[in-house]
Order: sequence, then C-alpha cells, then structure tokens
Amino acid sequence: MNLKYSLKTALRGLNTNKSRSALTILGIVIGVMAIIIIMSLGKAAQNLILGQIQSIGSKVIAIVPGRQPKGPTDIFSTFADSLKQRDLESLQSKNNVPHLNKLMPVVFGSESLVYGSETYRSTIFGVNDLFAKIYDLEPSEGRNFTEEEIKGYTDVVIIGSKVKEELFGNSDALGEKIKIKGRNFRIIGILPKKGQFSFLNFDETSIIPYTTAQQYIFGIKYFHRLVVEVDDEANIGQTVENIKITLRNNHDIEDISKDDFFVETQADAMNIVSTVTNILTLFLAAVAAISLIVGGIGIMNIMLVSVTERTREIGLRKAVGATDRDILLQFLLESVSLTAIGSIIGIALGGLFSFLISIILSQILNLQWPFAFPVSAALLGLGVAAFVGLIFGIYPARKASLKSPIDALRYE
Amino acid sequence: MKLFAILFTKMPGSRHFCVILELITMSLIEVHNLCKIYKNGTETPALCGMSFDIQEGEFVAVMGPSGSGKSTLLHILGFLDRQTSGGYRFMGKTIDDYSKNKIAHLRNKKFGFVFQAFNLLPRTNVLENVKLPLFYSGIKESKWNEMAKKAIEAVELGHRLYHDSSQLSGGEKQRVAIARALVNNPQVIFADEPTGNLDSKSGELIVGIIQRLNEERGHTVILITHETYTAEHAQRIITVKDGRIETDTKIHHRHEAKDGFRK
Repeated sequence: MNLKYSLKTALRGLNTNKSRSALTILGIVIGVMAIIIIMSLGKAAQNLILGQIQSIGSKVIAIVPGRQPKGPTDIFSTFADSLKQRDLESLQSKNNVPHLNKLMPVVFGSESLVYGSETYRSTIFGVNDLFAKIYDLEPSEGRNFTEEEIKGYTDVVIIGSKVKEELFGNSDALGEKIKIKGRNFRIIGILPKKGQFSFLNFDETSIIPYTTAQQYIFGIKYFHRLVVEVDDEANIGQTVENIKITLRNNHDIEDISKDDFFVETQADAMNIVSTVTNILTLFLAAVAAISLIVGGIGIMNIMLVSVTERTREIGLRKAVGATDRDILLQFLLESVSLTAIGSIIGIALGGLFSFLISIILSQILNLQWPFAFPVSAALLGLGVAAFVGLIFGIYPARKASLKSPIDALRYE
Repeated sequence: MKLFAILFTKMPGSRHFCVILELITMSLIEVHNLCKIYKNGTETPALCGMSFDIQEGEFVAVMGPSGSGKSTLLHILGFLDRQTSGGYRFMGKTIDDYSKNKIAHLRNKKFGFVFQAFNLLPRTNVLENVKLPLFYSGIKESKWNEMAKKAIEAVELGHRLYHDSSQLSGGEKQRVAIARALVNNPQVIFADEPTGNLDSKSGELIVGIIQRLNEERGHTVILITHETYTAEHAQRIITVKDGRIETDTKIHHRHEAKDGFRK
C-alpha cells in the first residue's frame, strides 16, 4: 500500500462525485474563511491601535486616579478623585521628579454646545497646550492655547471638525462665540479631521483649558488624568518610580497595595491593548471554529453515504487483498482530502475578503486601516480542518473497513 | 496427514524429510466434513459434511442448483468466509492459522477471484482495474504497468487498455476481471458463475480462457456453475445439492474450447 497511490485513489473517488464533494466542503470553506477573516481583521485592528498608541510617543506616562482595575467591576474606581492640585505642584518640582519635562492635567466630561439655535452635545476635554504635541494634533485653523490662557481660566475653545460642521456648517467658525454651561467661549482653533483615535474621537471633541473646565464647567477640584512627558525615553522607569514616591508621600500611603492611583506607560498600554484584542480575536475565532464542527458533521454524513454506495467496491478490494487498514486509510484519506481542499479554498477566500474589507473600512472610517494576513491563522485553519476531517472521517472509514467481504460483494 | 504427523513426532531430528514428504503428498485443498450454518434467527445449514481434496493444477467444476451451497463453499475455500465446523486446509493450513492481515495477503497472492457480476471499478479504465490487486501487493509501483499489461494480453484485451470499464461488452468485462484475477499470478483461480451474466457465445469464450489458463499456466481452477455444458470444460465435476456432495466424477470427454478462442 503506497501513499501516493492511495491519495490518487481518494482523489479519484472525490472526483467521481464532483458536485457532491463541492457542496460537502462548503461548510469547511466557510468555517475556515470566517476564522481567517476574524483573525486578519483582529490583527489589523490591533496593529492600528498599537500604532496610534506608539504615535503618542514613548516618552509619555499617564497617571490615573483610583486603584489599578483588576476586573470589570473595578472600572468605577477610575472616577476616584485622588489627584489634586497639590499633586500637580509636587510633581512639577524638579526635586521630586527630576526628568519631568512637561505635565498635562486632563479633565473630561460631556456638555451641550450652543451656537445661535444650534445645539451639539460634545465631549469636553480640559487640557493644556501640551495636548497638540502628545496627540500629534495641531489645529488646522487658528492656534493652540497660550500658557496665559491656561493660567488665566480663559473661556477659549478649540473644536473638532465634526463639532464645527454641526454648529456652523460651511460658514466661518474661527473667532465666533459658543455657549457652554451659559458661558461664552471664543473659538480660537479648529482641529483637522482625524477619525477615531484608539478610544477617542477628536472630531467630536471640544478642547478647553483644564483650569476653566475644572472651575466653571465641571465644578471639580481633581483631575481625571495627569499626563507626564519625560525628557528622555531612557528615564521612563526612574520617572515612574519618582512619581509613585511623590504621590505616596502626598497621600500619606505606606502600604503599596493601598495606592489610590496608578501609573501607565506606553508599554503598559500596548500590553493591555494587545491582550484585550488577542482575547477578543481568539474568542471570535473559536466561535467561527464551531462552524467547522458543523462542516465536519456534513462530511461524516456524506462519507457514510459514500461507504454504503461503494459497498461492492469495498468487498472487491478486500477480495483482491486489501486489509482492513487499507480500506480504513482509503476512506480516511478521502475525508481528510475533502477538508484539506476546503480549508485551502477557505484560506484563499478569507485572505481575499479581509483585503477587500480592509479597503472598505479605510474608506468608511477614513483611516489607514492596515491589511494583515496572519500566517498563524492560515495554519490554524488548515490544522483544525484536517483534524475535523480525521475525527469525522474515522467513523465512516471504520465502518467501511469492518465490512465482511462476502456481505459486501453480495450487496445490491 | 496423520501418518506424517506420526513420522514427524517419531523422528524429531529429520524435520526436512518430513516437510518434503508432506509437500509431495499433501493436496493443495483438503476439505473434511465441512459445515456452514447461517444463523439468522433460525439456523440454516448451507453446507453439511462435505469432504474432498483438490490437487494442484486441477480444474474442478462445482455444479448444483441455486441455493445448493456452492457459492458458500467457494467463499470458504477462498478464505472470504469461515466454516462453522469441519476442516479446510489450504496448503496444509487452516484459516485459524493466519491473522486477518495474513489472510488478506493470501487472497492477494495465492487466490484470484472472478465473479458473476464482474465487479469492475466504475469510471476506471481497463489498465487501472487490472492494477487493483497490485496496489495491495507490496510490489514496486514501477512494475505494475508491465504486470497488468501482461495479464491483459493473456486475455487478449491488449487493444482495450485505456477503455473505460463501462464501455466494454459483458464478455470483455469478464475478461478484464480474469486479467485482474491473474495479475498476481495466483495459485488458485476461483470463478463464481463467471458465465452467468453472459450469452452463450461470450460464455464459451470465457470458459475457454479459463481452461487455457489451467492447461498452459498451471493455475488450479475451481469453477462454480449451474450449466452442465460449462462444467464439462473441467477435468472433474463435483455436484452439490442441499449442502452435500452428490457426485464427484472425473470427465473423460472434456469440451475443448481452445479452438473457439480465436478471433
């Protein structure tokens, strides 16, 4: 019994029932295709978000109030109010954090913007002039905040492209005044169209000085984030430690586990994003893999029909010297060939569709959506499909191999 | 057999002698008191108390009406089935002396089967059909074509090598089946009603080929038929009725189909 000839026999067996074989592998094709598309898009989304985080720059550290979230319920602790003006001042002292270059406090919330009869509910982002550098987002019209405007609790605003469109349409917005919580804000800048940026959409955002936001808009005394820029990438680790010591000192914390803040670097953020997207992708791929099991059942069904149809052939093969193992191998090879061919077609179609989807998404979301074709996904699809063929092929093949030659020859 | 067994036990030092003696006197096929009972709720005896020997090179026809147990007998002789009781030895060994794989190997190398319904692989050409037993033979693939072509030439179908099996006439199909049975040069050819589906002219052609294979190439042939005319091509006819042997006679005036097999 040689393998090459067995394979030839198996393929000939499939070839005699072309349309049936084609319909049978459809389940496998769709299953593998789904896995490829999901994993490809997952990888692309991950690359996109990681790319954006990277563009923030590796010199940036975020300080977040509250305990580090350990599970989904901890998410509320991010609203804690532990970061105060005093912390801001201590951190800015060269004695405490020597490598701190610049610091950006962040407060945010949602408020209605009013211009004449138009109203638009927008995310309000209270920051300082550093935001343009950190998010790589200079106003396309007008200018950034000045340090005086920040210190002086000025009512000035830089609006996103969508906000401008909603409130002003095509008319000029620069220099106009809009009302936020009853106060008149002068528009000093308009942001370029940027699209979704990881979890933020700057197009729908209005940016005002954090001082104004704290005092007049949200009425709070704390910060939602403190973003620190370090003078050099090499000093990130030391700066993180300096920040922790300073804040613990300010908050009278001796036990590290009782920290009421946590520090995130770009590397941390990338790790978290990678983990989350990986889990999500794998979960979806696992769901898609279930369709492969359904496809496998279809294959088992057809193989059982084929075994019954070819009972006489099995009897003859045994009469001319085929062992049980030979027959088993022949039918197993047929089902594995079916799934292998199906998965190869599925991989090709999956690759093609992910490519088309990446083009469409780039158009719709106005992003540089990267196309990714993970080889691991192709291997996974191929492996799982072959495994399915093996598992669901064993029962029919075994049934064939155990047929008694005379019963099989007598079969009408 | 018993005598030699005694010789063997009495002279343990001279094993070769015993084995040679055995080979000289042993029949190729020895059937002793063979019984086959089918159990399908009720017990149906298909064969009961059959005994006969067949020597190497013999051409034996087994005759009998349908239901007489002749096909069952052939299946047991070809190790396709197992007797319920009694003894059957092929070259001195019973089916229980072999493993399942050994039996498959035996069927491949020593036996050739020809069936009434031809049993050719559909949508497969003549050459591939004849190559089928080689696939399971362990012989190198490079020799398959040559061996298959030789067997096909032996049944004079050399001009039909690449014809699809479904395009052939009944007689040609049976000749392909004979070539397939021949391809491994088996010791015994079992033919189960090989002319049953054929008109008398093609039937005669087929039985002529079988006769020639027996005479010229020395294959032992066991032919099952219910036609007296076909049976009379053999050297010996065993008639079977209700699972028992009725007569076992040598034929003195055989039909010689040799002249009939000329195109």
